Parts: sequence; structure tokens; C-alpha cells
Amino acid sequence: MAIKLTVNGQSTTVDAPNDMPLLWALRDVLHLRGTKFGCGIAQCGACTVHVNGTAVRSCITPVGTVAAKSVTTIEGLSADGSHPVQQAWEEIDVAQCGYCQAGQMMSAAALLAKTPKPTDQEIDSALNGNLCRCGTYLRIRKAVHKAAELATNASTKKAVQTAAR
Amino acid sequence: MKAINRRSFLRVSALGAGGVLLSLYMEPEAKAQGRGGPPAPPPNPNVYIKVAADGTVTIMAKNPEVGQGVKMMLPMLVAEELDVDWKSVKIEQADFDDTRYAAQSAGGSTSTPNNWIPMRQAGAAGRAMFITAAAQTWGVAEAGLTAASGRVTNPASGKSLGYGELAAKVATLPMPELGTLKMKNPADYRIIGHTQPQREARNIVTGKPIFCIDTELPGMKYATFEKCGVFGGKVVSANLDEIKKMAGVVNAFIVERPPVTDTVIPGDPGLESGIAIIADTWWHAQQARKKLVVKWDEGPRATHSSAAYVAKAEELSKAAPQRTLRSDGDIDAGFKASAKVVEAAYSYPFISHAPLEPQNCTAQFKDGKLEIWSNSQIPGNGRRVTALATGLAEKDITIHMVRGGGGFGRRLTNDYMAEAGYIAKEAGVPVKLLWSREDDMQHDYYRPGGFQYLKAGLDASGKVVAWHNHFVGYGDGDRFVSSGAIGPTEFPQRFVPNYQLQASVQQLGIRTGALRAPTSNAFAFVFHSFLDELAHAAGKDPVQFRLDLLSSGVPTAAVENGRPTGLDANRMKAVVQLAAEMSGWGKKTLPKGTAMGTAFHFSHLGYFAETAEVRVDANNKIKVNKVWVAADVGSQIINPGAAENICQGAIIDGMSELMGQEITVDKGRIVQGNYDKHTMVRLSQAPAEIEVRFLKTDFPPTGLGEPALPPVLPAIANAIFAATGKRVRQLPISKAGYSWA
Repeated sequence: MAIKLTVNGQSTTVDAPNDMPLLWALRDVLHLRGTKFGCGIAQCGACTVHVNGTAVRSCITPVGTVAAKSVTTIEGLSADGSHPVQQAWEEIDVAQCGYCQAGQMMSAAALLAKTPKPTDQEIDSALNGNLCRCGTYLRIRKAVHKAAELATNASTKKAVQTAAR
Repeated sequence: MKAINRRSFLRVSALGAGGVLLSLYMEPEAKAQGRGGPPAPPPNPNVYIKVAADGTVTIMAKNPEVGQGVKMMLPMLVAEELDVDWKSVKIEQADFDDTRYAAQSAGGSTSTPNNWIPMRQAGAAGRAMFITAAAQTWGVAEAGLTAASGRVTNPASGKSLGYGELAAKVATLPMPELGTLKMKNPADYRIIGHTQPQREARNIVTGKPIFCIDTELPGMKYATFEKCGVFGGKVVSANLDEIKKMAGVVNAFIVERPPVTDTVIPGDPGLESGIAIIADTWWHAQQARKKLVVKWDEGPRATHSSAAYVAKAEELSKAAPQRTLRSDGDIDAGFKASAKVVEAAYSYPFISHAPLEPQNCTAQFKDGKLEIWSNSQIPGNGRRVTALATGLAEKDITIHMVRGGGGFGRRLTNDYMAEAGYIAKEAGVPVKLLWSREDDMQHDYYRPGGFQYLKAGLDASGKVVAWHNHFVGYGDGDRFVSSGAIGPTEFPQRFVPNYQLQASVQQLGIRTGALRAPTSNAFAFVFHSFLDELAHAAGKDPVQFRLDLLSSGVPTAAVENGRPTGLDANRMKAVVQLAAEMSGWGKKTLPKGTAMGTAFHFSHLGYFAETAEVRVDANNKIKVNKVWVAADVGSQIINPGAAENICQGAIIDGMSELMGQEITVDKGRIVQGNYDKHTMVRLSQAPAEIEVRFLKTDFPPTGLGEPALPPVLPAIANAIFAATGKRVRQLPISKAGYSWA
């Protein structure tokens, strides 16, 4: 089956059965391996990606259901680490093993897109589906706040630059 | 460096125990040294340091990285003494090579104590060689030359040469005598002791394929491996013809376990019987697997169940103990002289490691040689079991060490490496073997469960004068199961005048192994919860009671193989006091239902005392508000930011074990299969704050990945008691109706 979808801004055709989970289409067919496999039943969130801007668990999302939709993976946040969430994660040095962090960051990016200044409770609720086996949760909370700050500063800067033109 | 772990050989026989000699498994981290391979190579700068003509310095990271930060930590030690700028250093992960590197393993929090001296020696030797090369180039004496930031300078002439310019000459020089090397004064450290952010951070945040599961080779296929749910079960027959016809399936075959004649690595048996399915994608392989119809010979363990284990333990607890492991003083006289006697039964379950990256391994067999990409925590053992499984010589197996998504001890056993090696050799194509989460949880080497029946006597002043423990555990033949042994010097031995430790075991039908802080992760809960019971029975403040106990015995332990066999009371008292100070112990008025609990534990040479502030509501919902961690792991914290992160993670890991984790057996099979049934702490359940402080002491630096974990379980349980008056004696505490708020 050739399924057409947009992955990280590029239109792509995936040759896979409709019921293959998006996770495996990304990893084993498109060779985008930043999205991780942890549980296969939407319990750990390591496979989190965005479909049309919403965070979904790609391990239980059949690739056929995302036909013609836009998928963003960790590789699509930015290739150079310049997305505010990536910057914050790097600056706070959140990771221990780092395996869950792609999923954590995709959940964080989806949250910040809708809630630019989240409270601790809003962060907890948006990222509660993402397990961290190493227990880096305190740094994750800190990094989401940091990313919110970086994003706000960046958009303020942009607004100032636009106004100055 | 002698690296035999202190727990390697517990001297049970010397204690005059009656009955059968209770020999013990060595812990996995000691096995690498115990298997009589080549002697550990000395630290050679040529092995660890590469300097290019343009001055680029590359330092090899020799140990497996599974999130503990060792890929940063070891090169930091080399770079410090080499006198190069950290920013200019590149780090490269070494392959497994026991002719070049000593002890390439990640277990037992041994990387720091085993490498603190040799890694700095490698750096210092390199520095000395650059100075020699400069002295020879300029025809001056070495004595006046200095080195800094990758350059040798002659202050007398003002001349200087970069390490890159000297590299060719250095390559011709002999290695200096290690004993002649002058190491830096710690006050002059510019890298060690200064937080260095993880180099891999950019790769992690941009989703680069850096984990073992991300390995891809040209022409590679994906494999899944179905084993019998009952450990040791064998395939009789399977519908392979049907499976081979399924979409995307390339091959399918039965794997027979070859007869194992080698018993050098007990607890890491390697290959088991099963069915390999190889396909174009892993999902195709898994889809085909769902159609498998297998006839198994389940073997004798198919009758085992947790219910039967519990019933047998109960029966053993009422009978006379099978063996006496330690007797100090006169236990009967101790109880006779006691003003008060307290008895309690504690228990803890089997639990799974469940690292987030499921077990996987990629292998390629070509021209009689096997090449492996693995996240093993002990690749040397992996090579051994893979050689046994494939019939290849160890010299024909190469292992590339790839970052692991967590380890926690699971990757100290190498079954999945043996499987990948066997399957790739049989299939004739490069293969990535990946386990499902269910495979991972149901074919683990579990943290052994156990039961401890404690009885202690207090004299009229509230001092502990007698302590008896009937330890009811599991055995494999006449040995304790792997990581299921209790040692004769376990705390509070030495601190109670009349002390007796006795044990009984029943035979076990599942595999066990080391989980982060093996034995301590369960024993700390038992000993330090019971100690809290004694403090309350004595009417004493729990902190003061602990300090009094630590002041009452023989303060320092015997040393075996260069390592102490137990805690140093003065070091422990200092961290107990620090944890109390940090938390404001006894000085705060907390709302009703909120209380503090404290505990300490010594393991893996590390001293940790932890205090938890916990709120318990009317529905037994628990919120851990804050945890204070006080630690003494010697004179130097090598990478402070990473150390804090690891300690905070250990607290959260311990909370998961306390509340949500239990593996049970029914008809010989593991009941739980995924994270919904064996739960971990989630973000909303994590404490708002975990404050970590290190006491710097005059002892050599030791590890902290493991010793930070054990005390938090009893600290929280003791806080629950302080808040509610209810004592929890069984793990996980969810069985008593508790849950996270």
C-alpha cells in the first residue's frame, strides 16, 4: 500500500500496510529513528509525535489513519536543535539515558503551542503520559518552563524586529 | 587495581554454620574479573588518548553508557591530568577490547572507584610524555617546563609547542613509570568537580539515531524471538511452514539451546530455546508471530506459582531455620535481658528492570566472523555466552558498544546478545533482534523477592541489645539465587551485641539478577523500617535513635580485597546528621497528615541518608512533597550536575519500587507484561523538590548510581507511619491500599 503523508514538512509516500503502526513506518520504512519504541500500548509515550499539531502515540496509530495528514517527529522540531524545547532540554541537560526524551519533548512542544506559559499543573497533566525510567522529571518540569521563556523571548524579539522595520 | 567486589565471596563457611555449606553466587559485576581472562591491562595513554597534528584531542570512553554518565566521567578524569581544555576534547566510545581496556562493564557503581586512579594516570602519563617530547625538541631539561591547555611552555625562553605539534614525537617515546607520575592537587582541578554538560545532549534533542535500537546495516532484516513463557521450556514443534508464507517474512526457524558445558558465568546462561522470525520490518515479524502455533515442553517449572512461594515461605518461617549465617554474642541471653521485645514480618516482591529501551541487539555474520552492536552492561560476558551459543571462538566475535536506553542491571545478562548472534549466523543476513515490552518483562532476570522475620530486644534504656533475623529466600540447588543472598556482615551486625542471622531457602523457578543496588534495594526497606519501629518502641526520636545505634558498636568494618565489608559508623553518622539538618528535622510544625521519615543505608561503598516529607490523605493517597538526600561518596564529585541528576532519579526510581512494582508467577509464567501492570512514577507524582548535598571527606571517590536509591523506600514508609500511625511491612505498598495522590 502506498500511503501519502507529510513528514516533517516533506510529502512522502510510505509503502506499508494500512494497519502498520506509524511508529514502525517511521522507524523501519522511513528510517527516521528518533521516535522510540517503549511499550507498544500507549503507556510510556516514548513514541510521541505530532499529527496535525496534536501529540499522539505513534505505536497505536495505524499509518493508514494519517494519510494526507502532517506528521512531525523529533527530527522535525529542528535539525540543528534551535527549537525552544530543544534548546531548553540541552541547556538544562535534562537527559540521563535520553531514550524517553524525544517523546517528552514532543509532548512539551504540543503543550507550548497551545499554552505558551504553562503552570506546573498544566505541565504535569500534558506530560503525564510520558514515562522517564531514569527519573529526570524535576529537570523536565524545569525545561518546559525554560522553553516557554525562550519561546516568549524569541517571539518578543521577532515582534520588536518587525516593529523596527 | 584489584577489582574484586567486596560482595564477591561471603565467607559463610568460616562462621561455623551448621548443615550444608551455603556457597553464594558472585555478583555479576565481579564476574568479569572472576572469569580468569587476561590480566587487566595497565592504563596506557596511547590507548585512551589520540592527538591529531592539528591539536584535536580525542579521548576514548571505555565503559558501556546506559544513562549513568560514564561516557563523560571517565574522559574527564583523563583530560584533567592531561591538561587540555575540555571544550577542545572529543569523546569516542570504545569497542569492547579486553586486551586494551580494563573491566569494560557498568555495574555495582564500580566505574568511579575502579577508574579514579588509572584514568588519571593515563592522562598524567600523556602529559609527562608531551613534556618529554618538548624537552627533547628544545634540548632543555624537563624540570622547568609546564603544560596547560594542550601546550607545553618553557617559561625561561617563552617558547611553546602545542600537543598536536608534539604528537609525532610522543608516539616514539616509551611510557613513563606510573609510580613516578605527579598527580594534580584537587584545588587545581579545572574539569573534575565542575559540571560538564552531556556531550550527547544535542544528538538526543535532535533525535539522532544514537541508541542501540537505532542500529542499521545494509541489507539488514528484523527479528523477533518467541520463547516459552516458562523458564527453561523447549519447542517441540511449530507451524513454521505457515509462518514463512506470511507477508514480509523472510525466514523462520527453531533455535535449539546448545548443551552448555561452561559454568563460568552462573546467572547468565545465554541462549534459550525458541522460534526466530525474520522479516522486512519488525512489525511484519511481530504480525507473523501472532499466528505462531507452538507446542512447548514446559518442563518442571510449569507448576510454580507466587501463591505457592508465599505459602512455602510461611511454612519455612515457622520451622527451625535451615542455616545460621552469623552469630555474635548470645542471642537467647540478649532477649532474656531485654525490657521490650519487638517482632515483625517484612516482605518484598520480585520486580522487573524494565529499562525503557527493550532488549535488542544487531548482529552480522560474515566470513566466519560475527560482528555485534550491543548495549550490554558487561559485553565481555556477552561475548562468552555468544561464543557458546554460536560455536564460534571469542576471538572471532567483535562487539561495538552502543548507548543503551537505561540499564539498571538488566543488561548485565546477555541472553539477547546470544540470541542475536545465533539468529544472524543462522539467517545469513544482518539482523536486528528486538524484544517486545512483553518479552522484556516476562523474560527478565528479576530482583528476587523475599521474606524477613525480625525480632529485636531493647533494654530498659531503649538500647538495641538483641537482633534476630530469619531470612526466608530463594535458592538454586544449594546456593542462594543470583542477587538473592544475604551476607553475614549486613547492618546492623557489629552494632548489636547479641546478633543472629539465620536463613531458609526454597527452590525457585524463575531467573533472578542484579537490579540497581542489588539486595540493598529490598534490605534497606526491611532494616530501616524495623529500626524505625524500634525507635518508636523505645520512645526515642528516630534520628537520635539511629545516631545512638551507630555509636554503640565497632565503628569500622574488616577489609577484604582492599574494600571494607561494611559501613564506617562515623561517615554514616555525618550524613544522618546532615539529612536531619537539611530537612529541619524536629524543628518544623507540619499540618495534620503530613510528616517526615528518615533512613540511611550503606551500599556500593556509598553513604546515603534521606529524609522524606510526605502527606497522606484520608483515602491513603500519598504525596511526597520533598526529599532531602545527604551523601558521602568520598573526596570528589567528578561531575556535580550529573551526580545531582542521578541522585534525583534514584529517589524517583525507589518511589516506583515502593508503590507500584510486583512480578508474580502463575503456572510457571510471569503474569505482568507491560507498564500498565508494573508501574512507574509519573511526572505528576514526582516530588516538587529533591535536594541533594554531598559531604566531601578524605576517602577515595566512589560511585553513586546505586547507593542513592535504597534509603528512600524506608524513609517514605517511616513518614507514612509518622503521619498515620500505620506501619507498612510489605512491598509494594499499593497492596495495603496506598496510591499516589
